[in-house]
Amino acid sequence: MRVIGIETSCDETGIAIYDGQRRLLAHVLHSQVALHAEYGGVVPELASRDHVRKVLPLLRQVMAQADTRAADIQGVAYTAGPGLVGALLVGAAIGRSLAWAWGVPAVAIHHMEGHLLAPLLEENPPDFPFVALLVSGGHTQLVRVDGVGRYHILGESLDDAAGEAFDKTAKLLGLGYPGGPALARLAARGNPQRFHFPRPMTNRPGLDFSFSGLKTQAVNSVKQHQDDQARADIAYAFQEAVVDTLAIKCQRALRETGLQRLVVSGGVSANTLLRERLRDMTHELGAQVYYPRLEFCTDNGAMIAYAGYQRLRAGQSEPLAFFAVPRWSMNDLAPP
Amino acid sequence: MKLLAIDTSTDACSAALWLDGEVRQRYQVAPREHGQLILPMIESLLAEAGLALTQLDTLAFGRGPGGFTGVRIANSVIQGLAFGANLPVVPISSLAALAQGAYAEMGTPRVLAAIDARIGEVYWGAYLTAENGLVTLVDQEIVCPPQDVPLPLADDVSGDWFGAGNGWHTYAQPLKARLGEAVTAWDGQRYPQAQHLCTHAADAFQRGLAVSAEQALPVYLRDEVAWKKQPLLVITPPPK
Repeated sequence: MRVIGIETSCDETGIAIYDGQRRLLAHVLHSQVALHAEYGGVVPELASRDHVRKVLPLLRQVMAQADTRAADIQGVAYTAGPGLVGALLVGAAIGRSLAWAWGVPAVAIHHMEGHLLAPLLEENPPDFPFVALLVSGGHTQLVRVDGVGRYHILGESLDDAAGEAFDKTAKLLGLGYPGGPALARLAARGNPQRFHFPRPMTNRPGLDFSFSGLKTQAVNSVKQHQDDQARADIAYAFQEAVVDTLAIKCQRALRETGLQRLVVSGGVSANTLLRERLRDMTHELGAQVYYPRLEFCTDNGAMIAYAGYQRLRAGQSEPLAFFAVPRWSMNDLAPP
Repeated sequence: MKLLAIDTSTDACSAALWLDGEVRQRYQVAPREHGQLILPMIESLLAEAGLALTQLDTLAFGRGPGGFTGVRIANSVIQGLAFGANLPVVPISSLAALAQGAYAEMGTPRVLAAIDARIGEVYWGAYLTAENGLVTLVDQEIVCPPQDVPLPLADDVSGDWFGAGNGWHTYAQPLKARLGEAVTAWDGQRYPQAQHLCTHAADAFQRGLAVSAEQALPVYLRDEVAWKKQPLLVITPPPK
């Protein structure tokens, strides 16, 4: 079975083709980062306008790369939420209509399910069950995954997502938008001894997160210390606190579930310090940590094609009505 | 000639099948339900006519102006169908559809079409009916405050213009104040309908104006340049 995946939930247009026998055949991505940079954040209307210009050209491109004709496609998957409704609707409307025109089934995919399953696109994928940390600019969640569609949220951020805290703090430090990766680079020349930020919500039980306090702490530190070295020192203390907090909660989740496999996905999972810390932590526990390849840590069509393949092959399909939802709990998903 | 047209640029959702001049339509005023309605409407029209999508000559859609999301829904659906069935597309103005509807149903040959553009503005176009029964745009479509709409044909304000569209419902007073005796009557409950796109689409198709699926894109009128100074549409962080 060969499936097209369409991702348009935020500021990336991603299209991919997944084949049950030959696995991922091709994927293409168009990032809108430059389009939104001057606004300091994603402008939803601009995002939607760009998606409607990009989906079909990218689709043509990915089909050529995968040497795939329309007659070879047996299903279409598209992201239906959570995300920006206007942006999602473009992918949903094109995906649903395309499937109908081709006479093949369509399936609406939960964006986070795509991220959860992304590591299964790799060689030596993790077996179920596993614990997944989804950590990006839009979400920070720990999820127990027992199979496709069998998800239980163990904990999540009560306020800012980790990546959002990174980006906001980076902005504060004059690093532009989105500045998370630049903050990590600045932290590399920070003095570890100068500032110490707390590890929010680690001194009590539970697997929820809170990152907005760290951002406030960074604001206060910047106000009190105006020297240039202070920026690097604050970046260091901030990154250390976020990474340490994530590692502590992952360790706790593995211990509480008794599972031996940790999957980490989302934009922040590209962070080098986080990877080092999780490697050491899982090593100590005798557990394994899995990541999607770097390009699939952020939004992409491949993960949607893969999740769609899993559901379509189990016989799931959508009626002709299509929808897009800004909020959608993963707890509401069911196995196909 | 066989063509399928849809319009979701306003609160109304419609699809129409045009078979050599004979037209059938599905139409419903249903805000925020276009995604649920539009494909079933298309399916039922084709099933009733015993046609497959691939038997059509072309597709058409109301390319705006109108609600941004609504315009993109029709556009995206048509892109998907056109790509999937390898059909050309004729984008048609939703203001022209509105004016064509007024002419077809009210017999008014001179129409001032106005769609409520929110934030104190209207999408606006003045139309005259030509010999062939198709409305044609005078000057250009614009978005502006109702008190600033251009006066139709300054040398001829003889008073037989008809107002159509929900812009006339929301802004009846300022529009009337602006246009005075030039306007005799209006209907603020009118929406663009797919059936009125059809005659325009058939004409445009025959004149070679159809485009490929990728080239079928919305016309918003209110563009990036316009909203940089527009405080309603600024930055929000990406929600997930």
